[in-house]
Amino acid sequence: MTGANGVTGAGRGRGAAAGPSVPGELAGLAALTAERRTIVCCGSGGVGKTTTAAVVALEGARLGRKTVVVTIDPAKRLADALGLAGLTGEPSRIDGDWPGELWAMMLDTKSTFDALVRKHATSDEQSERILGNRFYRNISEALSGTQEYMAMEKLYELHEDTDFDLVVVDTPPTRHALDFLDAPRRLSRFLEHRLFRVLVSPRSGIVKAVNVAAQTFLRTVSRVIGGDVIDDAIAFFQAFEGMEEGFRERAVRVNELLAAPSTAFLLVASPRRDTLDEARYFADRLAEAGIAVEGLIVNRVHPSFGVGVGEGGSGGLPEATRARAVTLEGTDLGRLYENLADFQTVASREREHLAGLAGAVASAPVVLVPFLETDVHDLDGLAAVAGYLFAADAG
Amino acid sequence: MDPGRFFAASRLVIVAGKGGVGKTTVSAALARAAALVGLSTLVVEVEGRSGLPAMFGRAELGYDEIVLSPGGVGEADVRARTVTPDEALLEYLRDHGLSRISKRLVSSGALDVVATAAPGIKDILLLGKVKQLERSETADLIVLDAPAAGHAITFLQSARGLLDAVRVGPINAQARDVLDLLEDHQRCQVVLVTIPEETPVNEAVETAFSLEDRVGVSLGPIVVNGVHPDIDGLDVDPADAARAAGVRLRDGEEAALRAAADFRRHRRDLQREQIARLGDQLPLPQLWTPFLFTAALGPAEVDVLARALLDGIGVLAELPT
Repeated sequence: MTGANGVTGAGRGRGAAAGPSVPGELAGLAALTAERRTIVCCGSGGVGKTTTAAVVALEGARLGRKTVVVTIDPAKRLADALGLAGLTGEPSRIDGDWPGELWAMMLDTKSTFDALVRKHATSDEQSERILGNRFYRNISEALSGTQEYMAMEKLYELHEDTDFDLVVVDTPPTRHALDFLDAPRRLSRFLEHRLFRVLVSPRSGIVKAVNVAAQTFLRTVSRVIGGDVIDDAIAFFQAFEGMEEGFRERAVRVNELLAAPSTAFLLVASPRRDTLDEARYFADRLAEAGIAVEGLIVNRVHPSFGVGVGEGGSGGLPEATRARAVTLEGTDLGRLYENLADFQTVASREREHLAGLAGAVASAPVVLVPFLETDVHDLDGLAAVAGYLFAADAG
Repeated sequence: MDPGRFFAASRLVIVAGKGGVGKTTVSAALARAAALVGLSTLVVEVEGRSGLPAMFGRAELGYDEIVLSPGGVGEADVRARTVTPDEALLEYLRDHGLSRISKRLVSSGALDVVATAAPGIKDILLLGKVKQLERSETADLIVLDAPAAGHAITFLQSARGLLDAVRVGPINAQARDVLDLLEDHQRCQVVLVTIPEETPVNEAVETAFSLEDRVGVSLGPIVVNGVHPDIDGLDVDPADAARAAGVRLRDGEEAALRAAADFRRHRRDLQREQIARLGDQLPLPQLWTPFLFTAALGPAEVDVLARALLDGIGVLAELPT
């Protein structure tokens, strides 16, 4: 499997408009894979994030490290290739011809949350009461941000409790993929919601007055959604008493790990304007959290078709080609020019979009991966992508 | 079939597809296609930050309708708005004599707690509002730009799930009404969007079967977006073509012309394979929208896609009723 028509420009890690070529930039990605303990891949859905995470993990194993990749929602054929057909929540080892070890696992949000509850519960009785509560089951499956948070919790767990040299995580393909940065705050806010706090601690004199109002309010709410639902929620908050602190501390430590120098964030995008806008948004969010993006990987880049090379620079090239197509209209050559103009338009648009993003990731290496002939769905396919991501090594 | 008849099949069309396939673009194109044949159309967005308003040079959409694309002679307007769970809930409570608690429910963050207690409640609030729009016949066609699939399935399943969780009261009634709407083929259908590539095709097939089996919703034609149109003559070698035209090619041009022609032919072959596979695995009529080479996505480009849809609809067989 090779890049389709590896025409000049794309796919060698220095896109014409993605900033000047930095010597050794590809060693940058390889260096991260060789040295860091944690690599997080983020980006919006449909940009090849899962594949990129798998490629990085494979490279880790090739470099002799014991590596695990945690994926969220791999396409079925890739999941099969990685031995992830069953959702076990435990890493499984992938055999192959590399000096290190490659393990893969799929994130199971619920079992990760369950484990977290067991860890923080003061007694088995408390954890069973929580795990059996209907409201808890809803939280662990449906509360927005839970999946994002659990991905990071799993990352922390693997980091602390296992002997993996490198943990690579894929983030959920949602628009809110970076919500895990807020997860500690979000979760605390939820668990400490005043409405339920006053309900579960009715003894305090100060809250008594509030309590009456809250009761009235809840009665009205239960008229809308039914009393069972409220009863379940109250039972949950009562069962959870005393565990918030442990949860919050854990969440703080997870965020410390994310900001640690041994952790690297990679941004994955495709050269379309909307996904690059998302990538820029991610970069900004990470920057707010004090986290630098250490690599930008852009998948599915069109070849340059001569844009930005040759005499006269890049600017008017597609237009010049289009003009030529018009003069030659009706001939085979005219149609060939028309087609070339189409693709030059795409190529120059992609390069403009990329140039806009390069600034947002500052000095981080930008790696362009061209259109591949087929979707990546096996180890050979991952190796082919690795050829682009780690080209300096491969060459 | 006649586009008027096509769009009259159901007032509500829910457009679903995974991220990156152009779901919002196709929603806009479908709406514009209906408007071109004179049907008033409303596009409803349920997740903020979509690219829809930008396509028409507008800022963010709000809860109030705007005219997104005014219709010319013989055409109708395309309007657009958002529906958010918070606002839908406020409106719902106001309409049901509960305005006293409504503000507090939202501002205290209690809605989040309640929504967690009964997951799907936000989805039901959204779909309940869409149902109300459908019932009020506010437009000839309502295009709902659904959340990205897999969430689309959860989203559309919310009604059934809530009927179990909330057995009485207004939310239960709302869920029942939404389910009636989704299961009524005369009122609602889902149009899936995909692109002719392996993983998106696999996911479209999976989503289609899940939607039919688990939601019981009727599927309209599937839109295959980003299809490379054929250009004749790309098989001719550039050097031969230049000789035939009596033109001398500049340095590098021959290679660039050949590379672009090879790329196009190659992509087209791969796409045809995937389209054929989609047809084998999913017995739904297909509508194709072309890959756009233009630099920006604006009203002119939406029109190109809308006309491609109308052409596709024109050659569809009459739907069985």
